[in-house]
Amino acid sequence: MAEVQLKNFTMNFGPQHPAAHGVLRLVLEMDGEVVERADPHIGLLHRGTEKLIEYKTYLQAVPYFDRLDYVAPMNQEHAFALAVEKLLGLEVPLRGQYIRVLYAEIGRILNHLLNITTFALDVGAMTPLLWAFEEREKLMEFYERVSGARLHAAYFRPGGVSQDLPPGLIDDIRDWATAFPKIVDDIERLLTDNRIFRQRTVDIGVATAAEAADWGFSGPMLRGSGVPWDLRKAQPYDSYEQFDFDIPIGKNGDCYDRYMVRMEEMRQSLKIMDQVLNKLPGGPVKVNDRKIAPPPRAEMKRSMEALIHHFKLYTEGYHVPPGETYTAVEAPKGEFGVYLVSDGTNRPYRCKIRAPGFAFMGAMDFLTKGHMLADVVAVIGSMDIVFGEVDR
Amino acid sequence: MKLPANELTALKELGDRVMAALPQDVLGCDMVLDELVVTVRPTAIPKALTWLRDDPGALFKVLIDVCGADYPDREKRFEVVYSLLSLKHNRRVRVKTMTDEHTPVPSAVTIFSSANWYERETWDLYGIFFSNHPDLRRILTDYGFEGHPLRKDFPLTGYVEVRYDEDQKRVVYEPVKLTQDFRTFDFLSPWEGMTPDLPGYPLPGDEKAAAATPTQPVPPAGAAKTT
Repeated sequence: MAEVQLKNFTMNFGPQHPAAHGVLRLVLEMDGEVVERADPHIGLLHRGTEKLIEYKTYLQAVPYFDRLDYVAPMNQEHAFALAVEKLLGLEVPLRGQYIRVLYAEIGRILNHLLNITTFALDVGAMTPLLWAFEEREKLMEFYERVSGARLHAAYFRPGGVSQDLPPGLIDDIRDWATAFPKIVDDIERLLTDNRIFRQRTVDIGVATAAEAADWGFSGPMLRGSGVPWDLRKAQPYDSYEQFDFDIPIGKNGDCYDRYMVRMEEMRQSLKIMDQVLNKLPGGPVKVNDRKIAPPPRAEMKRSMEALIHHFKLYTEGYHVPPGETYTAVEAPKGEFGVYLVSDGTNRPYRCKIRAPGFAFMGAMDFLTKGHMLADVVAVIGSMDIVFGEVDR
Repeated sequence: MKLPANELTALKELGDRVMAALPQDVLGCDMVLDELVVTVRPTAIPKALTWLRDDPGALFKVLIDVCGADYPDREKRFEVVYSLLSLKHNRRVRVKTMTDEHTPVPSAVTIFSSANWYERETWDLYGIFFSNHPDLRRILTDYGFEGHPLRKDFPLTGYVEVRYDEDQKRVVYEPVKLTQDFRTFDFLSPWEGMTPDLPGYPLPGDEKAAAATPTQPVPPAGAAKTT
């Protein structure tokens, strides 16, 4: 038989593709239908966030964090607020901490609702997406009621949160939380035992616990591989140690396990929110230090000093003593960290943003090698990629 | 977020053990705000990272992050910062090394797979060269981008801007034209906030005031103006 010259086929996936979850360009070297090598080209959404932050005061840097992972904005602000508080040596009042926990968990549910259902959409299930977006809209309404914005909230500030909860909000969140488990059950009934969904996800994109650590995974990607690691338990911040919740883990480290982990995490988040609502203490929501947190509006009408404080805070900002810290939170996608270097001025000297999605994307080649082209879509879906934070 | 005391001493002991294990290579161990920072010689990066990964008392199996930082005043202007996490012992450590534009740092890709993209990012944004890296391409910036944008001497606005040209039917690159000057405010002048630990303090012409009352505490920034 004559020798046949075989040539690998190179395929361009994205950057405009609905299953690329944003602007991912994947250059795939294919052997027929099988992926030989995946080379993700990222950076198409690079906005130079880290450079911009170096030219802004600490307070002006907060809104940039909303725009990283725009699916769960407040969780990113959380990391930055904690890092600045660490450099300043601040202790946030208990009510402020509880409100942050409440909204961090709302953010987690927001994120998982979007991820699970778009993932399901990528592998062929349309209905969960429509149901989940209705719930997301209700949750974003809670965002809007505390901060005035559905997405880019800028609500968690260094020193606490920007304002207290409006009256009646707690009851509305509680009403929503009692109705929500049914939605989770409904989505689960559509997906968990669905034959098509399982065929598309079980044993796809497998990472063992050691491989997951080697590739720098965190969050559900690490827990799906069976590592019981959650920063809310391991290195608790903002009074997470006072709440009772479980960490779900997977067994096989495939796309299906990651889905199951996220499903259970939503239930655990509800459990935390329930405890916050029941235990929410009174008191201030931000530090009572006029050099860091602005005075209330009412006070500014009467007090000259308050007016001066307000003016200085919103023009010059505050000076942060020299130092550096790496502070991380358990964002819905994984470990979101901020490496913040201060030189004593009112602007950060260096602010490195460690996004979980960046590490996942780096492992793309490893996870998809030897899989079919259609599985690439399932792997991207299960990685929970948002390009705002990967590209920064 | 406060670390318990026994955890602090354990971190300090870990620092001492690193010093003892690699006396030639470790330049210093500091506790900065309760975080352990190990400074090593650039050539010893693979050795130090391997030790931290494999030593039973350390077991830092996850490389969380690699990033650069630019300090143009220093002789070796770049800092490369590796953040490590130990899932086993629930600890973090930061490994630092110094380099300049021309001296490469050995790559850590063979030790941690995740280092691949982080080093590409550091190369892209700072121009820090990693030797023996399998695939050191730009990652975040545009195709054909020139320069390293996170260096302190790179202007915030960059050098080129893009727009879609209707006549040529393609995206064109042009030098940046600002319709309004970039506005920057000097908050380090004595009429604004001034803190004593800043560079440039005491102010020029103000040396006598500082010498006359050396022990007098300086009020914190903004304190005098609010009375």
